[in-house]
Amino acid sequence: MTLAETPLVLMLVGLTAYAVLGGADFGAAFWQLGSRSETRREHAYRSMGPVWETNHVWLVFVLAICWTAYPEAFASIFSTLAIPLFIAAVGIILRGTAYAVHAGTAREIERQTIDAVFSISSILTPFALGTAIGGVASGRVPVGNAEGDLVTSWVNPTSFAVGAIAVAAGVYLAAVYLAGDAARAGHDDLAAAFRRRALASGAVTGAVALAGLLVVTLDAEKLRGGLFGWPAILAIVASPAAGLATLELVRRAHFEAARYLASAAVAAIVVGWALAQRPELLPGLTVEEAAAERPVLVATIVGVAVGAVVLVPSLVLLFGLVLRGRFDREAVGADGEPRARRVALPRGPLAGLAILALAVGLPLTLVPDGGPVQAVGVIGLLAFVAVGSVALGSAAAAVGGRDEDG
Amino acid sequence: MSALALAAAAPFAPVDQEYLFEARQMQALSFAVHIPLVCFGIAFPAFVLFMEALWLRTGDPVYRTIAKRWSKVMLALFAVGVVTGTILSFELGLLWPGFMATFGDVFGLGFTLEAFSFFVEAIFIAIYVYGWDRLSPRAHFLAGIPVVIAGFTGSLMVISVNAWMNHPSGFTLEGGRVTDVRPLAALFGNDYLWHELVHMYLAGYIVAGFLTAGVYAWGWLRGRRGRYERVALVVPLTVAALAAPVQIVVGDWAARVVARDQPAKLAAFEGLHESEAGAPVHLLGWYDGEQVRYGIELPRLLSLLAFHDPNAPVEGLEEVPANERPPVNVVRVAFQTMVGIGCVLAAVSAIYLFVWLRRRRLPRSPWFYRAVVAAGPLSVVALIAGWVTTEVGRQPWVVYGHMRTEEAITGAGGIPVGYASLVLVYAGLIASVAWILRRLARAPVEVRQQ
Repeated sequence: MTLAETPLVLMLVGLTAYAVLGGADFGAAFWQLGSRSETRREHAYRSMGPVWETNHVWLVFVLAICWTAYPEAFASIFSTLAIPLFIAAVGIILRGTAYAVHAGTAREIERQTIDAVFSISSILTPFALGTAIGGVASGRVPVGNAEGDLVTSWVNPTSFAVGAIAVAAGVYLAAVYLAGDAARAGHDDLAAAFRRRALASGAVTGAVALAGLLVVTLDAEKLRGGLFGWPAILAIVASPAAGLATLELVRRAHFEAARYLASAAVAAIVVGWALAQRPELLPGLTVEEAAAERPVLVATIVGVAVGAVVLVPSLVLLFGLVLRGRFDREAVGADGEPRARRVALPRGPLAGLAILALAVGLPLTLVPDGGPVQAVGVIGLLAFVAVGSVALGSAAAAVGGRDEDG
Repeated sequence: MSALALAAAAPFAPVDQEYLFEARQMQALSFAVHIPLVCFGIAFPAFVLFMEALWLRTGDPVYRTIAKRWSKVMLALFAVGVVTGTILSFELGLLWPGFMATFGDVFGLGFTLEAFSFFVEAIFIAIYVYGWDRLSPRAHFLAGIPVVIAGFTGSLMVISVNAWMNHPSGFTLEGGRVTDVRPLAALFGNDYLWHELVHMYLAGYIVAGFLTAGVYAWGWLRGRRGRYERVALVVPLTVAALAAPVQIVVGDWAARVVARDQPAKLAAFEGLHESEAGAPVHLLGWYDGEQVRYGIELPRLLSLLAFHDPNAPVEGLEEVPANERPPVNVVRVAFQTMVGIGCVLAAVSAIYLFVWLRRRRLPRSPWFYRAVVAAGPLSVVALIAGWVTTEVGRQPWVVYGHMRTEEAITGAGGIPVGYASLVLVYAGLIASVAWILRRLARAPVEVRQQ
């Protein structure tokens, strides 16, 4: 792996995470669409609610690295594949809005309407993103500003095959996760229902993936050479193997293990594609040629490494809480009470500090033109707002909250 | 030969695009929908945490009830903010591939780092909101702190990119390609960044503060004046009332930086055509291409504001070629709208602070509450007008002085279709958000007594 390829590897990690996590979020909406059962629909929302926003950020992560490290490739892809990417964007808006409004639904008819509208968008988004990937994989995106065909770049056999695989994989992953979440929360009926769905959709996904592979080999000559060459062939073998093993785990109701193995099956597809296409990013543009200058690549990699120091423990914390079922149980009041102290808040010193900050901040912001002195002034003003808000806000809450006009 | 070499060197040479204006409108619409949500992303977690802190200190359940109810609003608005923000990043590629192909490597790091802020915000907002009654009070409070910090760092990263577009550095442009890229210098070594960041960050607290307070001021006018409502009114109002006057000082700082770095933009604020010493400001009026007509002249004020010297020379629009001037009236009206509303907000704030400090109570006049109700939407108008001021004022450049907006645009067709679709989708989104906020507000308030 060269320096120029490192950001691409980060992108593929992000893409796999998005496919495995975000894909399942879209898949959960599929089960809402097809479901007449209120419990199953609610379960899908509850299960995905705490994590969908985080899962979604992986897409932003992939895009940001792409335009930083491979700006011309990014611009070529987005200009030629404008239609499917716009469709995906609209789907993303609708899906996010569904989560936002779901909390307020009260009546059955409202829920059904919202579910129906947004579930369709949930199928559309992974399909559209899949067709875009298919366009890149089959070499239909030339370098340049909308140089490719706006329609055939994504309306073609490979694109539709990848789109179908993306939808099917998400649906399957969602069923596995939902079964696991239900089993953990002790909802055995739900777990059984989603186990059946996982087995059925797993079989369908396997068939779609194999059919997709066939379509791709017929349609995308160049990719075919790569896919069946060394070392991509390893991934091509690993993915169905992992997929079959997952089905067996689901059958035995080992949902947690299935969760990880299913992710490995999806990751193998992404890795296989990358290896098959290597070294080209777009036709006539190798990764080395597409990559930005060395300082940009180094800054990106270091930036991601530093970010990962914060991100990884945070992800572990969130998924740890979710997977240990901390968000499953019904709210309990007992540990929700602080040791009520009913103490008066110290206000005097804070108010003085705020006035001091203002006295320093005002002249030092107004008089100098730039420089460290003005920076001190601005910090003083911000400190005034912050400290003043705490001092005055807590006092106002205490006093303003008192009954005054009877 | 040379033309051929140039074409080979620059695959993203400018294209013929009929719908540049529609593309700009589409980007502006997406931005206008997203940016008020950003204000809630920046400020609302701090309001919620402040309420929770009051509960932890006093044990008074009313604070906890407010924090818990607000956190539901916070989550819903964050969800919509997430997706509308994603659309903006899609549009960078969908609408402006020329810009991204040429400069993506210079400023891209800002967005890469922003993604991590975004991750942290999403992770901890989920832990916070789903963690009510499920985590210990202390752990729950601590889970909210990264949300506030990520709101700040996220603003820092995104605004570092905008500041770079307005005052680009950290690269060399040769034959349509950038070389010698220094991403950290481009993003964080830019002295245009800091006033923009502080101005926007304060705007977040002002908009979220007045909008939230406005809801309860509306309730006050309709007779809902219980303790819950009064506490929920005073806390955001206090924050906004302290931030709004400070914002005027920060705005003065911003105008001085613009005067130094973007004289054509400053000239457009006023509609100053000819360079002059002791330049005036005209209130209202209309720029007719050579001067401001029907305005109220305030002599020497522009020189005073821009350089803190009533006799300072100010560069007029004539200093730049006609095709490098921004659309003056749009910028001018937006600027005056922002400043005018900013002053009104500061006045409302001053009344509140005065009454509170003198009498230790809230103002009693219904007009005060009507003003607070109006202050919410007005602050959103000022927010958008401020962004119009700086972004339309940047025109015709996407990268100030280096790349014109028409050089950035996509060669793909169908922009009007995309624009129309987005208008429909965003109309639906706004209606949905209005509906959910009403629903959440209507749920009965239950303060659990201990």
